[in-house]
Amino acid sequence: MLLEINPLVLPDIGLVFWNTIAFLILLIVLGKFAWKPILKAIHDRESGIEEALLKADKMKADITAMQNENEALLAKAREERAILIKEAKEASEKMVAEAKDKAKAEYDRILADAQLAITQQKNAALIDVKNQVGSLVIEVAEKVLRKELSNKADQEGYIKQLADGVKLN
Amino acid sequence: MHNFNCFIPIFAANFEHIMSLLRLKTLLIACFSLFAVLSVTNSFANENAVAAEGHVANAEKKEGDFNVTETILEHIKDDHSWHLWGHTSIHLPVILKTSKGFEVFSSEKFVNEHHEPVVYKGNFDYKLIEGKTKIVDESGNLDVAASKQLWDLSITKNVASLFVSVFILLVVLLSSAAAYKKTGVKSAPKGLQSFMEPIILFVRDEVAVPNIGAKKSGKYMPFLLTIFFLILTNNFLGLIPFFPGGANVSGNIAFTMTLAVCVFIVVNLSANKSYWEHIFWMPGMHWSMKLFLAPIELIGVFTKPISLMIRLFANITAGHILVLSLICLIFIFKTVFASAIAVPFAVFIGLIELLVAFLQAFIFTMLAAMYIGMATEEHHHEAHEGAAHH
Repeated sequence: MLLEINPLVLPDIGLVFWNTIAFLILLIVLGKFAWKPILKAIHDRESGIEEALLKADKMKADITAMQNENEALLAKAREERAILIKEAKEASEKMVAEAKDKAKAEYDRILADAQLAITQQKNAALIDVKNQVGSLVIEVAEKVLRKELSNKADQEGYIKQLADGVKLN
Repeated sequence: MHNFNCFIPIFAANFEHIMSLLRLKTLLIACFSLFAVLSVTNSFANENAVAAEGHVANAEKKEGDFNVTETILEHIKDDHSWHLWGHTSIHLPVILKTSKGFEVFSSEKFVNEHHEPVVYKGNFDYKLIEGKTKIVDESGNLDVAASKQLWDLSITKNVASLFVSVFILLVVLLSSAAAYKKTGVKSAPKGLQSFMEPIILFVRDEVAVPNIGAKKSGKYMPFLLTIFFLILTNNFLGLIPFFPGGANVSGNIAFTMTLAVCVFIVVNLSANKSYWEHIFWMPGMHWSMKLFLAPIELIGVFTKPISLMIRLFANITAGHILVLSLICLIFIFKTVFASAIAVPFAVFIGLIELLVAFLQAFIFTMLAAMYIGMATEEHHHEAHEGAAHH
C-alpha cells in the first residue's frame, strides 16, 4: 500500500537496465583506459619521488663523508705545510750560517794572504833598501877608502887594523 | 597533491560541524515530510472528492491552481520528455518490450497538442498513467494483466541524463589519462589532470587503502573510482536546474539499487572463507550463540547494500525536495515577496547540497570499500583465539 502511494521508491526496470549497461561500460572503458594508466602513472611518480628522496639522502651522506675527508686532508696538508716551512726555515738558516762561516773563512784567508803578501813585499822592499843602502855604503866606502888608501902607508895600516879586528873575532 | 593534503585536516575538523549541519537538515526534512505527508493525504482526499464529482471538475480546474506535492514529485520523478524552456522539451524515445517483441516510438505520441495524455496504438494500446507506460483496453482503462508483461526500457530523462554523465566522465577521465601519457610521469599534473588527480588520490588514500589494505586495494580501485565518480557526477548534474542537468538520477531508487547490487555482487564474490565463517559459524562463541548470531549476520549481508541504496536515494531526493519546496513557497503565498525568504534559503540549501553531493558519493564509496574490506579481511589471530577457547 505504501509502495503504491509513493512512486519514488518503485524502481523502474528501464533505468535499472540502462544503468547496468552504463555502469559496466564505464567500469570496463575507464578501468582499461583511464584508471589503469592514471593509477600506474601516480604510482610511478610516487616511487620515483621516493627513490629520488632516498638518493638525495644517500648523496647527502656521501657529501658529508666527503667533507669530513676533505677536512682531514686539509688538516693534514696544513700540518705538512707547517713542517715544510719549518724545515725550509731551518735549511735556509743553516745555509745562511754556512755561507757566513764560509765567507768569514775566506775573508780570513784573504786577509792572511794579504798580510803575508804585504810582509813579503815589505821584506822584499827592506831587502832591496838594505841592498841599495849596502851597495851605496860600499860605493861610499869604496870612494872613501880609495881616497884614504891612495898612499901605500895608509893602506897597510888599515889592513893591519882590519886584520887585528878579525883576529879578535 | 599538497593542496589536497591541506584539505583533509580541514575536512576532518569540520566533520563534526558538517554532521551537526546534516542533523539540522534531517530535522528540516523530517518537518517537511510530515507536512508533505499531511498534504499528500489532503490532496488524495481532494482528488477523491474531485473524482467523485467526475470529469466536469477536472475541466473546471484552472491553470492558476497549484498543487505543491504534485509539482515537487513531478520534478523528482522520471519523465519521458526532457523539459528545456517554456513549452519546448525534448521528446525522448520510448522502447517497449512486450510479448509481441520490441517497439520504439517517440514519447511525443503519448500527448496531444494540449499536453494531455492520449492513447498510442502500437502493438498494444499504450497510455501514460501517473507517468508510467501502461497497456490499456479499448475504453482507455488500465489493463493490469497485460501491463505486467510490459517491459519499459525507454530512454527516459534519467537515462538520458545518465548517458550525459557517462559522456562527461569518459571525456574528462580519458583526456586526463591521455595527459599522463603526453606529459609523462615526472612532470607535475596540469589543468583537468591536476583537478582529477587529488580526487583519485583521495579515493585511493582515504577510502580504499584504509578499509581494504594497501595490498588488496589495487584490485578494487577501478570499481570504487567508477562508483565514486558516477555518483559524484550525477549528484552534481542533479543540482543543475536546467537542461544538461535537472534530472534526479542519483535520487532515483533504480539508480542506487543498481549500484548497491553491484556492490553486493563484488563484496560477496570477493569474500573469503573466514568472512563466511564469521557469518554462519562465528568463531570464539558458544554454539548456542553461534546459532543465534547466524541469522542476524545473514540478514546483515543484505541490509548492508540496502542501506547503501536507501541512504543515497533518500539524501539526494530529500535535498531536491527541500530546494523545490522552498521555491514553491513563492507559489504557495502567491506573492513575489516570498522570494525574499525563499531564494536565500534555497541558495543556502543548495550550498549544503553541494557538500552533500560530495559527501554522499564519498560515503557510498567508503562503505562499499569497508564492506569489501570486511569480506577480504584475514582473521588469523581471532581464529587462533577461538581454537584456544575450545
